Amino acid sequence: MNQDKLIIGGHEFTSRFILGSGKYSLNLIEAAVKDAGAEIITLAVRRANTKEKENILDFIPKGVTLLPNTSGARNAEEAVRIARLARELGCGDFVKIEIMRDSKYLLPDNYETIKATEILAKEGFVVMPYMYPDLNVARDLVNAGAAAVMPLASPIGSNKGLATRDFIQILIDEIDLPIIVDAGIGRPSQACEAMEMGAAAIMANTALATAGNLSMMAAAFRQAIEAGRKAYLSGLGRVLTRGAAASDPLTGFLRD
Amino acid sequence: MENQFFVDSEYLSPAALEKKHRLETDPSCRKSHMEYLPGMEQIQSDICEQVMGQVRAYDYGQYTERDVRAALEHETCSIEDFKALLSPAAEPFLEKMAQRARLETSRHFGNTVYLFTPLYIANYCENYCVYCGFNCYNHIHRMKLTMEQIEREMEVIANSGMEEILILTGESRSMSSVEYIGEACKLARKYFRMVGLEIYPVNTDEYRYLHQCGADYVTVFQETYDTDKYEQLHLMGHKRVWPYRFDAQERALMGGMRGVAFSALLGLSDFRKDALASALHVYYLQRKYPYAEMSLSCPRLRPIINNDKINPLDVHERQLCQILCAYRIFLPFVGITVSSRESAAFRNGIVKICATKVSAGVSTGIGDHERKYSGKESEGAEGDEQFEIDDSRSLDRMYQDMAGEGLQPVLNDYLYV
Repeated sequence: MNQDKLIIGGHEFTSRFILGSGKYSLNLIEAAVKDAGAEIITLAVRRANTKEKENILDFIPKGVTLLPNTSGARNAEEAVRIARLARELGCGDFVKIEIMRDSKYLLPDNYETIKATEILAKEGFVVMPYMYPDLNVARDLVNAGAAAVMPLASPIGSNKGLATRDFIQILIDEIDLPIIVDAGIGRPSQACEAMEMGAAAIMANTALATAGNLSMMAAAFRQAIEAGRKAYLSGLGRVLTRGAAASDPLTGFLRD
Repeated sequence: MENQFFVDSEYLSPAALEKKHRLETDPSCRKSHMEYLPGMEQIQSDICEQVMGQVRAYDYGQYTERDVRAALEHETCSIEDFKALLSPAAEPFLEKMAQRARLETSRHFGNTVYLFTPLYIANYCENYCVYCGFNCYNHIHRMKLTMEQIEREMEVIANSGMEEILILTGESRSMSSVEYIGEACKLARKYFRMVGLEIYPVNTDEYRYLHQCGADYVTVFQETYDTDKYEQLHLMGHKRVWPYRFDAQERALMGGMRGVAFSALLGLSDFRKDALASALHVYYLQRKYPYAEMSLSCPRLRPIINNDKINPLDVHERQLCQILCAYRIFLPFVGITVSSRESAAFRNGIVKICATKVSAGVSTGIGDHERKYSGKESEGAEGDEQFEIDDSRSLDRMYQDMAGEGLQPVLNDYLYV
């Protein structure tokens, strides 16, 4: 297991839990990072666009990789501008592209996301696009230079789990980049299931932010993600979906 | 019509007084409130028809306890469910509604609450809206800040730590022109991250200009969606034209603004119908402009200078809470702003259920921030306020109080792109 690294854009990570930061108290961020064992934390650039009083950037522990996101962007051009601003703010080269043309469900705009990925990858960013799980789009993102693909499990903040399970499985099976399941994961058990399927990592925010005890929930997610990963690596056993398997071989009648 | 609103000033000339009385008593001398005035842009939109069709058909007495229970059990709140939640039948379910609303709020906004402050830069007004402290017949100190004065006010507010500002004026194109407001927006961009506007409705190209000057949110209160009542309350001026006001948010979005805010002034007319109309205005406009950000406010009538009899009538705190919970359940994604018209206790409570934004360090007067923030005696003149506020907490105090309620206060979550 120690050799099992998550590699994104040439950077190695041991943790497979990416933590959101935007929906809870700033002074809980450090504890959440510690209890989640997270090495990557996302950050809305627009939240960091603030003056000295309680800037979210000041609350993120040193040594954690920042993954600034472009939330607030409505098209590729705006996402590119926000990503460049993140770099200027000293947030590093990682960027999670979020482009929403829908304020109700906050569903990502796949077409604009491909365009932004291409531009930012050429500028040397480690681009992690948030997307609706569509195989053709995922392939376009690979060709555009993405470092990982981040399909949504269900609408952001909904805590509904793997509503897009079958389509995420297709991405896992067909795409050679890390598939990081983002948005909609509400319980550790759902995170565990995604990891069993072969997801490379899990991203969660609301599930922790709305938990009774944020630190304890962060730890629970960590354990669930590790369990799912081990299950995936060990090779899942035979899973009986209905009834029992026949004890006599069905093909026993064949004579030669 | 409610005579609580009519107050004669001894400062009015006999001719002005006569015109005022005629407007108040003789509907035939008023201009049509449904006809556009010259210069007012008319857009082709079906939003009004969709909203008002629903509102006209709304008979809230029809809804029963059973409808309310069903509404609370549905995962997605339909328009019919929302109508049940706004009805008197839902009143006994207030606690259950609050619990559901709180869940929706936390899903969409987590544990955060946004803070902002309004800045009134002028209180000249050409309208006669009988309930408003700025109305042209009300004898108050009128004032329009110069750019230097505006900048000084902005400095004082920015120094308090505030990062989001809402610029307001009275409704006078001649005294507070679009260019004047545009210059104020440019100044505001220097001091604040987020600049919103609450001014008289303008045309699409003017919204586009104001957006280029740095504003990105437009708030327009319809006051009441009841057109007959509107006619009786807005007796003179551009504001009298109800449909031009109704389409203001759509024009703002067409002009490139990121977001728009809506409200009825609760207490002017049937508050359940006005709440329904406000939410449906958001609902239908969001379907047409899905990328736009939307928010709802919920002001209730407040006393004004020279008339302390104005009050929110039958909209008590329980009714207000019911409306806000229903808004949240029906429109989980919209921002809900609760202004300083409400008490500190109400605001502390409602942010834990459904409100996502509150104002702090509020003055509804003109040019008085330095005195109010520092306690220093004012050197220059000040303009009188629009209405009395209830919650006068400073930004620091509000920040501490919100954190004390277990919430994360957020001063900015916005980028001008």
